[in-house]
Amino acid sequence: MNTDKFIQIQDVEQTFKTAKGLFPALRDIQLNIAKGEFVALIGHSGCGKSTLLNLIAGLTTPTHGVLLCANREIAGPGPDRAVVFQNHSLLPWLTCFDNVYLGIERVFGRTETKAQLRTRTDAALAMVSLSHAALKRPGEISGGMKQRVGIARALAMEPKVLLMDEPFGALDALTRARLQDELLEIVAKTQATVVMVTHDVDEAVLLSDKIVMMTNGPAATIGEVLAVDLPRPRSRIALADNAQYQQYRKAVIDFLYTRQGHVEKAA
Amino acid sequence: MMNKDWRPFWLAVLPPVFGLALLIGIWALVSIGTKGSIPSPYETGLQAIDVFSDPFYRKGPNDQGVGWNVLMSLERVAVGFGLAALVGIPAGFVIGRFAFLSRMFNPLISLLRPVSPLAWLPIGLLVFKGANPAAIWTIFICSIWPMVINTAVGVQRVPQDYMNVARVLNLSEWKIATTILFPAVLPYMLTGVRLAVGTAWLVIVAAEMLTGGVGIGFWVWDEWNNLNVKNIIIAIFVIGGVGLVLEYALIRVATAFSYEDVKS
Repeated sequence: MNTDKFIQIQDVEQTFKTAKGLFPALRDIQLNIAKGEFVALIGHSGCGKSTLLNLIAGLTTPTHGVLLCANREIAGPGPDRAVVFQNHSLLPWLTCFDNVYLGIERVFGRTETKAQLRTRTDAALAMVSLSHAALKRPGEISGGMKQRVGIARALAMEPKVLLMDEPFGALDALTRARLQDELLEIVAKTQATVVMVTHDVDEAVLLSDKIVMMTNGPAATIGEVLAVDLPRPRSRIALADNAQYQQYRKAVIDFLYTRQGHVEKAA
Repeated sequence: MMNKDWRPFWLAVLPPVFGLALLIGIWALVSIGTKGSIPSPYETGLQAIDVFSDPFYRKGPNDQGVGWNVLMSLERVAVGFGLAALVGIPAGFVIGRFAFLSRMFNPLISLLRPVSPLAWLPIGLLVFKGANPAAIWTIFICSIWPMVINTAVGVQRVPQDYMNVARVLNLSEWKIATTILFPAVLPYMLTGVRLAVGTAWLVIVAAEMLTGGVGIGFWVWDEWNNLNVKNIIIAIFVIGGVGLVLEYALIRVATAFSYEDVKS
């Protein structure tokens, strides 16, 4: 298998039927993602970045074109492509433990004993430092903790790909920074392939190997792909003074606000 | 000091007491206005003490205590309602889950739901050849609609996020039903149950007036034939009281099973 083309997106176009007629969300998307790569999708609101993520997840099917994961066509959602949802989407009637267990049971339930499944669940919660909250319900913990449970649920399934839809968007700046650091560590440990939707320039540069910048919708497409060649492990404090980091940051800001900014004003 | 402490107590107690006093006042005026053909609150009160002093006597099939009448009515409601829940809740689930079935059954429900359940009583008498099963059948018909409809609406309103979780995890239809649909729909279902029990309690009185036997509705009709208006008024209060208790109990159950943080 060609590890440079772990996920292949070819000629993808997505059109939605709405009450006002057809709405072209995405056109002409070409993208390859390598195994173990961390890719950020960035763009203004409504540029279809979540639409693209949902396509990779298999939650929607493209109107035209094809998406491949590990050389197989993506025909529907599956536990090999775990999703961390923007609003965490934990089931409020289950404890944190049971929320994580639900995914683990689905993936490993046929081959492992109950005790092994429970060990996996404990390990997943420990990874996001939430062992103490295992028996709490989502309503009893903070927004940051809920998002961490969501990440634990996704990672515990040992997915080939981790898809994250603005996972830290609803959190305060300090919590967001802490979770970004945690995510960096986890990704370094698990070597996961990650696709993350974000609108935060710093987040994109700090976390990614590749930043996919999208033009404004409707009929959005990939405007530019920026390879982020910063050494890992990365530290946000060290990078703050790094000239290369600042260049990447400037390149993204330049794309978003100079070249794509005026379109939004016109809309 | 004492004054201050007692104010919230009086504010909580006095308005309902005034409301009750107003009702009894109007009742007394009507009693005077009709020259006693509607008995006065005082007379009715004395009669009530008499009726409630021995609620479980049995003097033949048509003369039993008020306790037996209420219990018999509650039993019919319980059986009819229970059967309706057994059929209606699963039906609501599949109608809510599968668009094809929803389109198939919605016209039927829309057509049959507005029909007064009493219109079904003759069909019940014909099919079951007995007054008691016919009354139960009427309760079944009137309580099934709120349960089917509320359960179906609940299933259709399960947040898309939860269904996306189910799709990403690739859960089986059974697992979706037990871990996502059922808990998410439970509050809607309990609303349906509450509406159904409320309607059933309304309908049982009318059904029993027509079918006879032992029951609170038949008791009202029997006392009308005896021209014992005092007992009719007592029956009205009993019916209201039982309805109130049922409603309160089901609201308590519903709040125990709803998740306030579903949106957060």
